Amino acid sequence: MSPHAKPRNERAWFLVLPVCVLVAFNALIPLMTVVNYSVQDIVSPDQRVFVGWEWFKSVLRDPELHAAFGRQVLFSVVVLAIELPLGLSVALCLPRGPGGSTWQASLCTVLIAMPLLVPWNVVGTIWQVFARTDIGLGGAVLTKLGVDYNYALDPVHAWGTVVVMDVWHWTPLVVLLCYAGLRAIPETYYGAAAVDGASRWAVFRYIELPRLSGVLTIGVLLRFMDSFVIYTEPFVLTGGGPGSSTTFLSQHLSTLAVGQFDLGRASAFSLIYFLPILIVCYVFYTLMTREERS
Amino acid sequence: MATIELSGICHRYPGTPDFALQPTDVTCEDGQTYALLGPSGCGKTTLLGTISGLLRPAAGRVLFDGRDVTQLETRQRNVAQVFQFPVVYDTMSVYDNLAFPLRNRWLAPQDVDERVRAIAVLLDLDTDLKRRARGLPADAKQRVALGRGLVREDVAAVLLDEPLTAVDPKTKWELRSKLREVHAELAPTLIYVTHDQNEALTVADRVFVMNAGRIVQEGTPQELFEHPAHTFVARFIGSPGMNIVACELAGASVRVAGRAFSLNERAAALGARGSAELGVRPELARLGEQAVPDSHAARVVRVEDFGRHRIVTVDLGGERFAVKVADGLLPREGTSLWLSLPAEHIRLFANGEALR
Repeated sequence: MSPHAKPRNERAWFLVLPVCVLVAFNALIPLMTVVNYSVQDIVSPDQRVFVGWEWFKSVLRDPELHAAFGRQVLFSVVVLAIELPLGLSVALCLPRGPGGSTWQASLCTVLIAMPLLVPWNVVGTIWQVFARTDIGLGGAVLTKLGVDYNYALDPVHAWGTVVVMDVWHWTPLVVLLCYAGLRAIPETYYGAAAVDGASRWAVFRYIELPRLSGVLTIGVLLRFMDSFVIYTEPFVLTGGGPGSSTTFLSQHLSTLAVGQFDLGRASAFSLIYFLPILIVCYVFYTLMTREERS
Repeated sequence: MATIELSGICHRYPGTPDFALQPTDVTCEDGQTYALLGPSGCGKTTLLGTISGLLRPAAGRVLFDGRDVTQLETRQRNVAQVFQFPVVYDTMSVYDNLAFPLRNRWLAPQDVDERVRAIAVLLDLDTDLKRRARGLPADAKQRVALGRGLVREDVAAVLLDEPLTAVDPKTKWELRSKLREVHAELAPTLIYVTHDQNEALTVADRVFVMNAGRIVQEGTPQELFEHPAHTFVARFIGSPGMNIVACELAGASVRVAGRAFSLNERAAALGARGSAELGVRPELARLGEQAVPDSHAARVVRVEDFGRHRIVTVDLGGERFAVKVADGLLPREGTSLWLSLPAEHIRLFANGEALR
C-alpha cells in the first residue's frame, strides 16, 4: 500500500443499515411477496400451485380491467387538465406584496390549504352529504335550479361529482406549489420587465411560466400519481357506481384482493398497475433532472 | 436622451421611521455619465428607483427634459435599467432577449433586426445570438441585460444599478471599458450606482457621493479626491481614505498634538482660529529618515506591504497618520521617522464641513 492511499474504513456501511432495513420492510419484501403470489394459485395457506404467467395473461384479457383502466386514465387526464390551470390561476391572483408576506396573503393560503387537512374518507362523506338532493347544499341547489341531478343513478352526474370533489380536494396543493414558486421569483425580474415595457401576458409567458416549470412538473407528477391510485374518496362517495361507472383501478384491485380473496390474480394485477406509474415517474424524473443540468 | 432633473425627491419605505432618501435635488445633463457613489444602504438604489419609476417618491418631482413624469409608470417613462444581478429571459435566445424591449414597443421587424445586430456587435454578443440565454455565463448574461438597456435609441437615460457586482474581477474590467466604449458611441445619459469608488471614478464624468440618504458632494473624480467638501467624502474616497486628525488653528499655522505645521497662503488667508480637523491624503503626506524643515518625529506603528507600495501608519503625539510609501524606504515598527505635511495638500474641516 502506498503511503498516500486513504485508509479504508468499511464501518460507514453500518450507517446505511437503518435505511436498508426500512426500505426492505417498507418496499422490497412486500413487493417480492406480491411477485411471489402472482405466479402461484393459492387455494389455502398450505396448498399452492405454481402457475407461471397464467394470472398475468388472464388479467390482461379481463374486459373489466380494460374498462377500469380506461376510466382511470380519463380521470387522471381530466383532473390534471382542470387542477393545474386552475391552481396556477388562483396562485397568480393571490396577493404578493413586495418584501415579505402580508396578513392577507397568509390568510388566503391558510384558507386555501383547508381541504388538504381533511382526512380522505371524510372528504368522501362531506361530498356525499353535499351532493344529496334533499339536504345537501350542492345537490339541493342544483335541484332547485331545475337540474335533474342524481349522482347515485346517473353515471355522468356521478363522474362530475367525483371530478369536482377531487378538484376541490387537490387544487389547493397546486395553488400552494405555484404560489411558493411565484414568491421565489426575485422582484428584480418584474422591475426589468417593467423597464422593457413588457405586457402582463409577456411577464407571465417569459418570466413566471419558465420560473414555475419546476414546481409545475412536481405538481403534475404528484397529481398524476395521486389521481392514478385514487381510492378512498370515490369509494365513500359513490362506492364505484352507479354500475361500475366510477370504479377505478384501485377499487377494482381491492375487490379482487380483499373482496374475492383472489390473491394470485390480484398480485398480477397490482404488478401491472405499478407499471404505468413507474414509467410516468421515470419520464418525469428524467425530464426534471435534465432541466436542472442544462 | 434627456436631461434628468429631480427636485425635492424623498422616499421612505413603509414600516421604517427614517427617510431612506432625504429631500434631494439632482440634475443630470443630457449625454453625460454620472455615478452615485456611497456605502450600502445610503439611498443610492432608492434614488435610482425614483428615476426609473420602480419607486414612487413620497414627495418631489421627477422631470425628463422639463416634462413632469413623477406620476408615470416605469413602462411609460422610457428609461433603461440594468440591475445588480443579471436578468435575462431564460427561455428566449440572446437575439430575442435583445429584441424584447423593441418588440414590446411595436417596432417594425427590420428596424428591430438592425438595432439588435448593431448592439450585439458592440457588446461582443454577435456570435451568441442564437444561443439560449439560460446557458450563458454570468458576465455574458450581464452583457445581454446591458444590451437590452442600450438597444432602444430613444431612452431618456440608462440606469445601472451596481451592474458589475455579479461578475468576476477580470471580466469586470473588460465590461467597464466596454461600457465606456458604448458610451462614446451612443452617448446616452448614464447614471451608474456603485459602492466601489474605482468603478465610479473610472466610469463617470461626475460623481455624486451619497451618505445616509443625502448627496454630500457632487464633483469630478479629481475634485472629490483633492477637495472633499466633507470629512465623509474625504474618508470614503481613496484607499485608504484621507487622514483626518484633530488640530488647533492659529492663523498661518496649524498644530497637531502640539506640533506646528505651516499652512499655504490660501488656508492662512481664512484666518481661522480654534479647534478644527486637518486632513491629508496618505499619498501626499511625506515620511523621511532625515529631518527637513517643518517635519516632526513620529513613531511607526504599523507597516502594511501591498507589493508595489507600503502603507505606513505613524503616531504623532497620539494622532495617527497613514502614509503611502513607494520608494526604497523600509521602515520598521517601533522606530521613528520624520513626518511632514506639504502645506498645499493640507485640507481643513470644521464640524465635518470643509473650510474654504
